[in-house]
Amino acid sequence: MSAAAAERRDIPVAVACEPATVDLAAKGLAKSLGGRRILDGVDLHVRRGQAVALIGPNGAGKSTLLRCCLRLVEPEAGSLSLLDQDVMALRAAGLRRLRARVGFVFQRHNLVPRLSALTNVIHGAQARRAGPRVWLQGLAHASVREEAMHCLERVGLCHVARQRVDSLSGGQSQRVAIARALMQRPDFVIADEPVASLDPAAGEEVMELFVDLMRRQRTTLLYTSHNLHHALAYADRLVALRAGKIALDAPANAIDAADLRGFYA
Amino acid sequence: MSTVAPAAPTVPRHPAPPRFERPGPGAFAAAVAALAVLAAAIDGVGLSLTHLVEGIPSIGRILERMWPLDLSRLPFIGQALLETFQMALVGTVLGVALSVPLAIAATRSHSPHPLVYLAARGLISVFRTVPDLVWALLFVVAVGLGPFAGTLAIMVDAVGFCGRFFAEAMEEADKGPQEALRALGAGRLGIVFCAVVPASLPSFVNTALFNLEKATRSSVVLGLVGAGGIGIELKVAMDLFSYDLAATIILAVFLLVVLVEQGSALIRRRLM
Repeated sequence: MSAAAAERRDIPVAVACEPATVDLAAKGLAKSLGGRRILDGVDLHVRRGQAVALIGPNGAGKSTLLRCCLRLVEPEAGSLSLLDQDVMALRAAGLRRLRARVGFVFQRHNLVPRLSALTNVIHGAQARRAGPRVWLQGLAHASVREEAMHCLERVGLCHVARQRVDSLSGGQSQRVAIARALMQRPDFVIADEPVASLDPAAGEEVMELFVDLMRRQRTTLLYTSHNLHHALAYADRLVALRAGKIALDAPANAIDAADLRGFYA
Repeated sequence: MSTVAPAAPTVPRHPAPPRFERPGPGAFAAAVAALAVLAAAIDGVGLSLTHLVEGIPSIGRILERMWPLDLSRLPFIGQALLETFQMALVGTVLGVALSVPLAIAATRSHSPHPLVYLAARGLISVFRTVPDLVWALLFVVAVGLGPFAGTLAIMVDAVGFCGRFFAEAMEEADKGPQEALRALGAGRLGIVFCAVVPASLPSFVNTALFNLEKATRSSVVLGLVGAGGIGIELKVAMDLFSYDLAATIILAVFLLVVLVEQGSALIRRRLM
């Protein structure tokens, strides 16, 4: 559905937010890669505790926008506030502290393949604790091991704690990645197509578990999805990107799947 | 039963590209120059089939005098062989241990500073390009004759060999886990030891085992300059025309090298 169509259906193109409740505020965010404009003046606000689905066709700039939020990709212009921190002004140490509070779940889970599930989850404590005691489960402090096991328990994978993650199924791997994000005790979670690499049944199961865990601890959630059902069923709000610009910003209950087909053409 | 007629072949609108590209003038000139360099090198080393044929009877005479083997000094040969292997093992282990931090400093993406990167790369190049025999000569002067000098020479050679391959393996490690650790706030060392080193470990083990095989062969030669091991025994046997004893030593060295190669192949199969 285009911005014009959104207006016809009385769907707001941008949702206004009270500044005090905003976890993420991006203004005029811009980024070019390989001479192509990927983000072109993006304005986005995400309220505390809200689940926002970012949708749009391939190349629309969704993943770049997510990476810009943690400066994994450096924005060229614009301002960005995340968890009350001016992201653009942060130096290395400050940026590490901010990243520690933000869980990031990747499409390809990005676990360390040769290490056990438990060690991968313990890595989530890296920013809170430095040094070799969070590098391997064998070296970790008892309290860190316990917390990691608790995180694995929450994603239903205690029984694979000692198994190497390259021996796990796609769905199990993604659940370990979610446990690693939980280990960070995050205030904000970003997920880049978290179930895109899974089959539909596993994808549904993992998505349900993921959103449920985030809602239980009232964590703000910003995720991208190519699955319209996942965008509509699990998000409070939908933001659509097209050619690096926000084309739609509306509450999820105000739109239906038919309205969004244009964003995947 | 119905049969489906095969589809008639159609002529593609665009013909296939030529099987081989005609070399350009630059490539042709380079090939001619390379051939000229090779011809000059053959002339330079005095390659002569006549001399080779004339030398065959001498080789035959030496082989004749090698049999039967002289086993009288077998216990002493065994001890020297053990010392040769110990030099290779200790030199490799020390070299590998030193290579890891040096290799981290020699990777573009994980080095703490561009100057540290350049210094580490330079050091590895020096260790790699100077032959181990030259290092052995230097260490014999520095620490005296014996296996310690040989061990140090093997260690330096291992740093040159492993440092380069470890650095390359780390540069090629999957960037996904590294990005994930960066995203959760891990520091430089955390990323290296949690994501890069585990991903590069199979390559590290492979390189270290190849180095052990190489070091075992090298440690025989290092003995020739007094850096310990069995090499000096072989040289003395050849100088005294005791070809039967020399043959025993050569066979013992062959056995040691085969044993080390088989052992490392077994470890590789178990670990990979």
